[in-house]
Amino acid sequence: MSNDEKNPEARPEHPTPLRGRDEGVPPKPEGQGTGLAADVTALAKGLKTTLGEFFSPPVTLEYPESKSPRSERYRGRHYLRRYDNGLERCIGCELCAAACPVGCILVIAAENTDENRVSPGERYAKTYEINMLRCIFCGYCEEACPVQAIVLGPEYELSDTSREKFIYTKEKLLEPLPPDVQARMDKKDEPHSPDAPGTSP
Amino acid sequence: MSQIYDNPIGHWVVVVVAMTLLLFVVLTATAYTVWFERVALGRIQRRPGPNRVGPFGLLQLAADGIKLAFKESFVPEKTDKVLYVLAPTIAVGAAFLAWAVIPIGLWGNAQYWIADVNVGILLVFAVSSLNVYAIVIGGYSSNNKYSLLGGLRSAAQLISYEMALGLSLVPTFMIVGSLRLRDIAEYTVHWGPYTGPIPLILLTPIGFVIYIIAAVAETNRAPFDLPEAEQELIGGFLTEYSGLKFVMYYLAEYVNMITVSALAALLFFGGWYLWVIPPVFAFLIKVILFLFLYIWLRGTFPRLRYDMLMRLGWKGLLPLAVANVVVTAIILVAVQG
Repeated sequence: MSNDEKNPEARPEHPTPLRGRDEGVPPKPEGQGTGLAADVTALAKGLKTTLGEFFSPPVTLEYPESKSPRSERYRGRHYLRRYDNGLERCIGCELCAAACPVGCILVIAAENTDENRVSPGERYAKTYEINMLRCIFCGYCEEACPVQAIVLGPEYELSDTSREKFIYTKEKLLEPLPPDVQARMDKKDEPHSPDAPGTSP
Repeated sequence: MSQIYDNPIGHWVVVVVAMTLLLFVVLTATAYTVWFERVALGRIQRRPGPNRVGPFGLLQLAADGIKLAFKESFVPEKTDKVLYVLAPTIAVGAAFLAWAVIPIGLWGNAQYWIADVNVGILLVFAVSSLNVYAIVIGGYSSNNKYSLLGGLRSAAQLISYEMALGLSLVPTFMIVGSLRLRDIAEYTVHWGPYTGPIPLILLTPIGFVIYIIAAVAETNRAPFDLPEAEQELIGGFLTEYSGLKFVMYYLAEYVNMITVSALAALLFFGGWYLWVIPPVFAFLIKVILFLFLYIWLRGTFPRLRYDMLMRLGWKGLLPLAVANVVVTAIILVAVQG
């Protein structure tokens, strides 16, 4: 009777239930005994494993309070950058829009004038919109930009309550970068900053 | 205290108050058993478990209960309406009835039980067997093939394991010579210098092993949870139940779990006797340990296949239980003459 107290591992599931009692059962590995003692040992081993896990600390993160670390180069929501003197970097060249694989960027450029100087270049982006519902966060816009005006930040919690709110306008994109991203970008700009902005056209 | 008991009206007042109190205590215990299970299963899987509602997630069950209570009371088409509603009430009624005779402790002058019936354990078994009706009727009345299959499985499983469960306790009854749960818990030995209560597991270890396995099967808990096997039967007999009717089945399952844990503590571990710990707390500690065992088993073992379940019951546990009875009887006759 003792042989009948087999644990579930001893007889794996078979696709057809109509087989004979021990038909198709793979032989037990060498060195492992058969019968009640081996089965009870196997059960005890399983219980020991789960008890060990029970007394180990959880491996999960409590998400809203703590987040998993992200890479420096993480591609989250976009930011438009400014120079230190407040001028926008974007020169309205539309290379980002051209590079975008899904066409989610809309740039409408306008001429800079002496009365209305928005960026150091000839032109500036009058309208700059990104449709975040379409964006695939590939980062090609950041790569394409000749003046490092657009950069993808670390935020990934972008859910919102209406479709309209996912069209990120220029005002929203011009929000200041998170400090750590700002520091990183500053470091990146230093070695080659011939385009140090000035008010002269 | 005894004067209140002797007075017929006072006796009834005491009993009614005790019943109300017990209902409250068992319901609360059930809620926290669910919490305990979720946390313990979480820890076994290296997660924290529920910890959002209230301190340590202790109010999680209140939140779940409110959510389920406000759900639509939905009865599917073409069900047998009367039986469909009746089945969960049988489950929960039977589960609570067993607590009428379970003694929780004897502390000072107070007795912590409702009825001290001289066939207490038989009554517990009789009432807990009603649970199979709840599951079979629920499965039958739902007009759903998965429910029906779940009900049939449950019937076969409960009948198979009920016998092993009953027989596993016969040696205990033979040793103690009483079916009264209080007598079993208070069973006293005179071994040389030691005179006092002992855990009966020392005298009937095989009975204990059979009891634990059969009790898991009786309460439809993993790894014997075939009636509600999610993977193959969706939810078994529970498939068509929702809202408060679902809560009733759920409640019954957990009350049954506490009941068999309490019985294990009473029958094999000396009930409310534990060193210097006050009686009711000692009982509580033992029940909690048994509940942990249940959760531990659930977190460890995969579900048995149906034929393995039947083979274990009929060819494993039942002959072992019969042999245990015979051997115990021979030893008892030899010792007592």
